[in-house]
Amino acid sequence: MNDIAIHVEGLSKKFHIGKLHGKNKTLRETLTDTFAAPVRKARKLLRGEATGASGLDDTIWALKGVSFEVKQGEVIGIIGRNGAGKSTLLKILSRITEPTCGFAEIHGRISSLLEVGTGFHSELSGRENIYLNSAILGMKRMEIDKKFDEIVAFAEVEKFLDTPVKHYSSGMYLRLAFAVAAHLEPEILLVDEVLAVGDARFQKKCLDKMETVGQQGRTVLFVSHNMPAVTRLCKRVILLDEGRLAHDGLSHQVVSRYLSAGEGTTAVREWKDLKAPGGEVARLRAVRVKSEHGEITEVMDIRKQIILEMEYDVIKSGYVLLPNFGIINEEGIPVFVTLDQDIKWRRQPRPEGHYVSKAWIPGNFMSEGTFFVGASIVTLFPANIFQFNEDHAVAFQVVDSMDGDSARGDWAKKMGGVVRPLLSWNTQFNPSSI
Amino acid sequence: MQTDKSLQEVQSTNASLTLNKANTLPVIRIQPSHGLASLLKFGELWKYHELLYFLIWRDIKVRYKQTVLGIAWAIIQPFLTMVVFSIFFGRLGNIPSDNIPYPIFSFAALVPWTFFANGLTQASNSLVGSANLIKKVYFPRLIIPIATVLAGVIDFILAFLMLIGMMFYFNIIPTINVVWIPLFLLLALVTSLGVSLWFSAMNVQFRDVRYVIPFLTQFWLFSTPIAYPSSLLSEPWRTLYGINPMVGVVDGFRWALLGTSTCPGTMVFVSALVAILLMISGALYFRRMEKTFADVI
Repeated sequence: MNDIAIHVEGLSKKFHIGKLHGKNKTLRETLTDTFAAPVRKARKLLRGEATGASGLDDTIWALKGVSFEVKQGEVIGIIGRNGAGKSTLLKILSRITEPTCGFAEIHGRISSLLEVGTGFHSELSGRENIYLNSAILGMKRMEIDKKFDEIVAFAEVEKFLDTPVKHYSSGMYLRLAFAVAAHLEPEILLVDEVLAVGDARFQKKCLDKMETVGQQGRTVLFVSHNMPAVTRLCKRVILLDEGRLAHDGLSHQVVSRYLSAGEGTTAVREWKDLKAPGGEVARLRAVRVKSEHGEITEVMDIRKQIILEMEYDVIKSGYVLLPNFGIINEEGIPVFVTLDQDIKWRRQPRPEGHYVSKAWIPGNFMSEGTFFVGASIVTLFPANIFQFNEDHAVAFQVVDSMDGDSARGDWAKKMGGVVRPLLSWNTQFNPSSI
Repeated sequence: MQTDKSLQEVQSTNASLTLNKANTLPVIRIQPSHGLASLLKFGELWKYHELLYFLIWRDIKVRYKQTVLGIAWAIIQPFLTMVVFSIFFGRLGNIPSDNIPYPIFSFAALVPWTFFANGLTQASNSLVGSANLIKKVYFPRLIIPIATVLAGVIDFILAFLMLIGMMFYFNIIPTINVVWIPLFLLLALVTSLGVSLWFSAMNVQFRDVRYVIPFLTQFWLFSTPIAYPSSLLSEPWRTLYGINPMVGVVDGFRWALLGTSTCPGTMVFVSALVAILLMISGALYFRRMEKTFADVI
């Protein structure tokens, strides 16, 4: 009983969201609304129902009846689609917002890192911001004094310690901010998407630091969209779906469950209703991965073609669209991005309607492992507006059956590399030139 | 059934909570807060006193950054108002000033007034200005407006030194009652904080507050005897006037420094009562709204 770090029981959170306005309102309705709304709001205010100046008519449960337990020293990933309640959960656990019902018990000092550089003031120097930020994150002055040099060294900003941070480059700023956060020593650490910022080198530094924190026996709750990172850092993963705890188990199981999203396979995702990602011009309907024979499957032969398929509706005519796929591997490294090459639609405004775009990845090109496919459409003309950008929409695995005719030939052990193309080789022999 | 079960669980975990205390790990329980008891947990403020120091220090450091005149603004503000008042009310309006030179008469009131009004304006916007902090880190939110009002004390001290200088210039020796000044400053502080707590919490949800405050401070300025003496009123109206806590502050300053004839005893008592009421009600309202700050800010 004593080795429990976090105990969550029936945690729920209700949010008030503004009334959804119908689009086809008449001018008369708009006018009456303009005058009636303040009266209505004032009445609500007097009755004590008001929670905000915006409308208060609709509510949603951002979190509903979530229960779980975390043991001390566990590193747990929390995943889920946008709006699944991940951030709300972290906010409740870090006491930023209150639950509507249910409770949570935290055993030990808790620090939350929902953002790097919270409370940084651009007019203050690096030195001053270290003190300020540490105090905000809950460190005592003595602790800060003790760790100050270490923080500065980690951030690599010795020379600019007395320069206002507004003159810092964004990289320096991030390093300093993360350095402070990395030197917190709570028993429990809550981390939210910190890794989503910064360049690759910075992200690697963050990940490494997270790994060490985990190894030091601290309890870490790690919210992320970065499936590879989650799989690497956490043994156990909790999947949230529309505010409910959908799955709780070993990370690779939960991650693949998340990616398959109830369809039984990670190779297809379909959106039927209004929840489909999309903008004003285009809306995503489905993303699929198919073998070269056209069957949906998540396991691909390294030697065979792979078909990426995107199904979407264009709901507004007259835009030039650029459907594209982005592939990342399990280490989070982008392997490639591919854009629609179909000559029929090149620079052609598209009429309203239903579209299916396919891309063929050649055989003997991908490396072995798990790959995540992101699907996106951006308007090329009139402006670069993302219609949707669905990361990790589907995933597939590339396997090498080791029959000897793939790029690995007769080599049976580990092979590195982001891609594994089958190249033609030519070796010339000249016995007399030694 | 369901509620019964959760109630049982709550009790059983309460038992384990005491068990864990032996383990020296602090246990935090997060649950929806209800009732007055949850509003009264002001003790937590002390745990975060270091953060309070840092925020005050930040406010002071940042306040006059990238201004040409810097901290001189702390003196210029009340001084220029005094000049305007002296010309229009003192010279042209011939408003009585209890037989004290009008400039010093109005300046003695403007120094605490500026402290009050600036504290009120800045603290009322302080929560909204710290939205980023509120959405990302936990700490007692009360610290934010408190730090803002307290940071104004530095400005007050500078303006007060200026006031002492002016008194020498006008050959006015402060009476022994000057020892009461900190008390009147405290009264101004409590009033400023009380009003700020109300407004800063309201401002989170209703940004209308931002537009109300300039109007309110102006209205308040003229309903406080700054440009004119409170001796224009006869008793008991004068004591009743103390319902505006700033009346007590201003009359207190004049009495302690300039030796204006009447000791404003009962009036200050009324003012102090109102100020304390303002602060307590403000703090309770603030605590009640606090839990929704992160959601609506």
